[in-house]
Amino acid sequence: MNSDRIAAEDGNQKFLHKLEVTGIDVHACFQCGRCSAGCPVADYFDLQVMEVVRLASYGMEDILLGSRTIWLCAACETCATRCPNEIEIAGLMDVLRSLALKKGITPAEPRVPLLHKSFLDSIRHWGRAYEIGMIAGYKLRSGDLVGDMKLGMQMFAKGKLKLLPHSIKGREDIRRIFSGKGKEYER
Amino acid sequence: MKLAYYPGCSLEGSARDYDQSVRQVCRAIDIELVEIPDWNCCGASSAHMTDHEIGMRLPMRNLLLAKEMGLDILVPCAACFQRLKAADKALRADPGYWDLKTYAPDYTIIHISTLLARVDILERIEGALVKPLTGLSLACYYGCLSLRNPRVTGAPDWETPENLERIVRAVGAAPVSWSHRTECCSGSLTLARPDIAVRLVGDIVRAARRAGATAIVTDCPMCQANVESRQLDAGGREAPLPVFFAAELLAAAFSGEYPASQQKTHLIAPDILSSCFSQPGSAREGTR
Repeated sequence: MNSDRIAAEDGNQKFLHKLEVTGIDVHACFQCGRCSAGCPVADYFDLQVMEVVRLASYGMEDILLGSRTIWLCAACETCATRCPNEIEIAGLMDVLRSLALKKGITPAEPRVPLLHKSFLDSIRHWGRAYEIGMIAGYKLRSGDLVGDMKLGMQMFAKGKLKLLPHSIKGREDIRRIFSGKGKEYER
Repeated sequence: MKLAYYPGCSLEGSARDYDQSVRQVCRAIDIELVEIPDWNCCGASSAHMTDHEIGMRLPMRNLLLAKEMGLDILVPCAACFQRLKAADKALRADPGYWDLKTYAPDYTIIHISTLLARVDILERIEGALVKPLTGLSLACYYGCLSLRNPRVTGAPDWETPENLERIVRAVGAAPVSWSHRTECCSGSLTLARPDIAVRLVGDIVRAARRAGATAIVTDCPMCQANVESRQLDAGGREAPLPVFFAAELLAAAFSGEYPASQQKTHLIAPDILSSCFSQPGSAREGTR
C-alpha cells in the first residue's frame, strides 16, 4: 500500500477496529474545525487536528504515526472539549502515540517520548516522580545536556528540587502495574 | 470537615511550598486533612499519553487506598485531579479494570478551588482574614486540567470558570477580566520543547498585562512553575509577572505576613505581594 495515497478503501482495518473498541468515533467528524481553531500548539503541527481526525477515519495509520503532531500535542483537551460531536480527540492522540511506540516507529519529535520515558522510569522505580532523577535521565537520553541548565541551577538554589527520592512501600503494586498485568483487558 | 488528601509528586518536590500553604489554609478554616497512606504518582500526562493501561491503573491504586478512608478526596494539583477523576470514571463504568467485582464508593474527588470557592468556605475565608490584599489586581489563570475534559472533570463552567475569581475577591483583591484564563501553557512540553512554552507563556502573560494585572494567580503547580520560568527565557522590556498560588495568597492574608522563606520560592520577585505587608499601619485587626 502506498502510504501517501489517502483513500478510505486503503484504510488500515485493524487500526479502525482499535478505534472502534476504544469508543473514539472518528466517523462522527463533520470537519467543522473547532478543534483546529482552539489548539494552542497548532502553529507547530505538520497535520492540523481536524486533518488527524479525518485521516483516522480513513484508517491512514502510517501518515499519522509518523507525524510531528502526535508528539507536539500537549494533551490540553481543548479539542475534545469543544468538539460538537464529543469525539475524544485527545484520547485519539493517546492511541496514536502508544501505537507509534509499540510499533517502534521513529518519532518525528524524538525528545518528547524520551521525556515521557524518563518520567515513567522514575515512577516505575520509586512509585513517585523524582524530579532530579527524571531530568538527569532525560538529559542523558536526549543529549540535551545544556538546555535549561541555568533554570535547573536556580530551582536547585531555591530548594525546589528534592535531593533524594521518596520510595513508596507498595512498590510491588507499581511493578505489577508496569508489568502489563491487565493488558488482556485492553485488547 | 475532614478530607482525604492527595498531595501528588509536585507538592513534595518543586511545589513543596504549595503543600505547606494548602495545609496552613485548611488548618485556619477548620478543615482536617488526612494524607492518603503510601499514595503513588498519578502518572501525570506522560503515562496516559503513551500507555493507556498504565495511565489508568496508577491513579486507580490511589483510589482504592482512599476508598478505605471513607472520606472525600482533596487534590491541590490540577493534573492529579484530572487523572484521579478519569480513573474513577473508568472504574465506575467497569470495575473489572482492576479485577474488582464492584466499585461504587460515595466519595467525591475535589480540586482545591472547587472546595475554597464554596459559599460556606468563602464565609470561613472572610472570617479568617487578618490582612486583606486590598489593591492587588490579579489575573486568575486556570490552565487546562482542573477543567478539561468536562466529561471527566465534571467542571460546570469549563470555558468561563469563576472559582479563582471568587477566592480572589474573598481575600480582598481584584480579579481582572481577561482573555487567556483557560489557555494551555504547554507544561507537558516545556522540557522537551521550551521554545513552544516560551511562546505560549508570552501570549498568556501579555494578555494578563493588557488587562491591567500586576500578577497572576493559579491553582495548578505545573502552570505556576512553567509560567514563571518561561517568562525568564522570553526576556523583553516589561517586568515579568509573578505567579501565585491561590492558597499562598490565603495563607499570607490569614497569618498577616508573607515570610521571606515563601518569597524565596518564586523565580520572579513577588514584590507586589510583599509590598502589601510592608506598608505601616495597613494591617487590619483580625476577626479570629
